[in-house]
Amino acid sequence: MKLLITTAVTAVIASTVAFAGTTAPGDVAFKDGAVAVSLTGAAGNAADGRAVFADRKLGNCLACHVNSEMPEQSFQGQVGPPLDGAADRWSEAQLRGIVSNSKNTFEGTIMPAFYVDAGFTRPLGKFEGKTILSAQQVEDVVAYLLTLK
Amino acid sequence: MGMNLFKTTAAVAALAIMATGAAQAGEDAKLVINGDLSIATQAAAPAHLENLETVYSGWVFRTKETQALEMDDFDNPSFVFVDVALDLYAAVDGTEGKSCASCHENVEDFAGLTTSMPRVNADGALETTTDLINECRTERMGAKAWKYSGTDMSAMLSLVGLQSRGMPVNVAIDGAAAPYWDKGKELYYTRVGQLDMSCSNCHEDNYNVMIRADHLSQGQSNGFPTYRLKNAKMNTIQARFKGCMKNIRAEPFGQGSDEFKALELYVASRGNGLIVETPSVRN
Ligand code: HEC
Ligand code: HEC
Ligand code: HEC
Repeated sequence: MKLLITTAVTAVIASTVAFAGTTAPGDVAFKDGAVAVSLTGAAGNAADGRAVFADRKLGNCLACHVNSEMPEQSFQGQVGPPLDGAADRWSEAQLRGIVSNSKNTFEGTIMPAFYVDAGFTRPLGKFEGKTILSAQQVEDVVAYLLTLK
Repeated sequence: MGMNLFKTTAAVAALAIMATGAAQAGEDAKLVINGDLSIATQAAAPAHLENLETVYSGWVFRTKETQALEMDDFDNPSFVFVDVALDLYAAVDGTEGKSCASCHENVEDFAGLTTSMPRVNADGALETTTDLINECRTERMGAKAWKYSGTDMSAMLSLVGLQSRGMPVNVAIDGAAAPYWDKGKELYYTRVGQLDMSCSNCHEDNYNVMIRADHLSQGQSNGFPTYRLKNAKMNTIQARFKGCMKNIRAEPFGQGSDEFKALELYVASRGNGLIVETPSVRN
């Protein structure tokens, strides 16, 4: 019991610290396209990431990718490769890099950069200076992708 | 990591999809309107198009049900709007007490016009059919200009465009048109918006591929204005440009802006050789 409470308290502290330690989009360190350190300082939540993945206003990953782990989603696009088994092909750091800014992994790709907030031409007013996903959402999607084995 | 390998896999997957996509949409389906007007829905790409061998009408990529709506003028909802335009054509408007018909007795006289629009006028300015119609309204009828992509204008463009149905698109891109065409081409290949995509990323690199529920076409303009099931009205080409830009979270250029006129010319030129289908039906 005591132990559990301690763990919970530690977790709360950890997540607070993590929030304070969120990496700004311009400060993300890419190495060969990969990003080693969590953008929030903590692990993401795969269940939340699954929702972000499918949401048309957030990840909208299904616009371009088939993902057979989501058979309930009827329209799955084919612009990119199927993501089945993505975690067998890519490490966590590589997946974080691909979701944050896939242009560092796939030169000239059509895939949007989900954690970049500057350098766009004519961004629509309400999206100006903003990233498509928050640091937390990126981490959640990465956690979800890691379940695709 | 074998990045090249993944690229290859993606390319192979894309090819496989092209094959199935073709089967779904019926690239072989034939467009015959009213049982007698046969319209070729593909053509050899014009010489200026470096990355495509064949150009396809957007009709090719629609479902059988949507395709069928364009094959009979009684089923084609656009004709409700063509009728509205016929009334507008005969209606007196403005201080001069004139209708379109006062000066242009037969609307059939506009046959062929749409195939060559936009074009450069005697003053060296690029003009669209929309500009020509509004010029008649403001300068010859003493009437107010119609809203650039509004209901009246899109209906009239449908009526005028219908007169060229069955004729090949053939806009001029050289001579005085060259600087406008260059500008349009640059816009077509420039990545814009928070999603950071160019028109070519979707309509050249990925046509015939599913993007979520949508079957990507080459984004050709030979069917415009087009009736869309989505909004149940006629959509002008520049309204479509606006929609595509907003989808990639880009600030669209204005309707009738220099940028959209140049883009309209460039997009039309990508379809040189395709057949005018106005007024078409899309989802
Ligand atoms: C506009 C289309 C598009 C969207 C939207 C998109 N991707 Fe991609 N993605 C691609 C393409 C194309 C590739 C292949 C890389 C290339 O361009 O050569 C790719 C590659 C990938 C890969 C590596 C593929 C592999 O080998 O397993 C992953 C992982 C990935 N995307 C994840 C995502 C996630 C997660 C999202 C949503 C947050 C997403 N993508 C949204 C187009 C897209
Ligand atoms: C994210 C992908 C995407 C991008 C980028 C994009 N479009 Fe589209 N566009 C679509 C989709 C989806 C449709 C509807 C299905 C179709 O016809 O491809 C469409 C339809 C069109 C059509 C109608 C075609 C027809 O036959 O009815 C035109 C014209 C067009 N786009 C032009 C453009 C232009 C010009 C740009 C650049 C400013 C552009 N698009 C950028 C996705 C895109
Ligand atoms: C007072 C007479 C007059 C009226 C009314 C009028 N126009 Fe015109 N219109 C002209 C003249 C003159 C031209 C230029 C003729 C030319 O260059 O061949 C013209 C040109 C055009 C053109 C370009 C034709 C081409 O082949 O270049 C279109 C399209 C057009 N008018 C449509 C309309 C429409 C639609 C209306 C009603 C909203 C209308 N006009 C009303 C006189 C008129």
